[in-house]
Amino acid sequence: MSLPVRTLFFAAYRDRLGLSELTVELADGATVADLVAELRGRGSPFDILPERPAVAVNRTYAMLDERLGAGDEVAFIPPVAGG
Amino acid sequence: MIFARVASEAIDPAEVLARVGSDRDGATLLFLGVVRDHADDRPVSGMRYDAYEEMAGEVLSTIAEEAAQRLGTDRVAVVHRFGELAIGEVSVAIAVSSPHRAEAYEASRYVIEQLKERLPVWKKEHYVDGVSEWVEGTVPPGTASGAEAAAVGRGGDA
Repeated sequence: MSLPVRTLFFAAYRDRLGLSELTVELADGATVADLVAELRGRGSPFDILPERPAVAVNRTYAMLDERLGAGDEVAFIPPVAGG
Repeated sequence: MIFARVASEAIDPAEVLARVGSDRDGATLLFLGVVRDHADDRPVSGMRYDAYEEMAGEVLSTIAEEAAQRLGTDRVAVVHRFGELAIGEVSVAIAVSSPHRAEAYEASRYVIEQLKERLPVWKKEHYVDGVSEWVEGTVPPGTASGAEAAAVGRGGDA
């Protein structure tokens, strides 16, 4: 079984990846950490993503052990700088 | 009424201010964040704000609600802009009102400090010398943190 996850990249990540959005297929039961490992494992340019990035799952900040479901939206959040 | 919005249109401070205030309030405060013409000693020509628009709207609403609890009134209005901004343009406007000033100052300050910590918004400074760089940011609470996160976030595209 596969689990499609919509990943979003913003600001410095988007610039450095040359990409704002990507759908990634993960195994059932996958966590955010598995998504990070899958992307970083692709090598350049995805290896610019930190091992322990800040992420939001379905628009809520989340830790790496969060379980993902089909169709979840996972955003990689570089350090924020509003105001 | 609590009001929070993230938008690409220019902010009208008078419109934000008009959303607060009542006959019961003796204190009304308006805070404006404005794009300035320098970063440390480096001349700046403009600023680009990027937002995770849908999430930023939700986070800003949550922050406004938390501020309202501190304020003891529901008179909190905040608008954050994204897109390309020129020097002197307003990036954020925060209006609050309450019967007395102490709570108003505290609530206004709370909104700006909290949005800097957790609003999914980023800014890229355009320098007069032609270089642009993402401004160093803050790792939001409730996420995995680490030195590497901050290091990648600092990477500019000079």
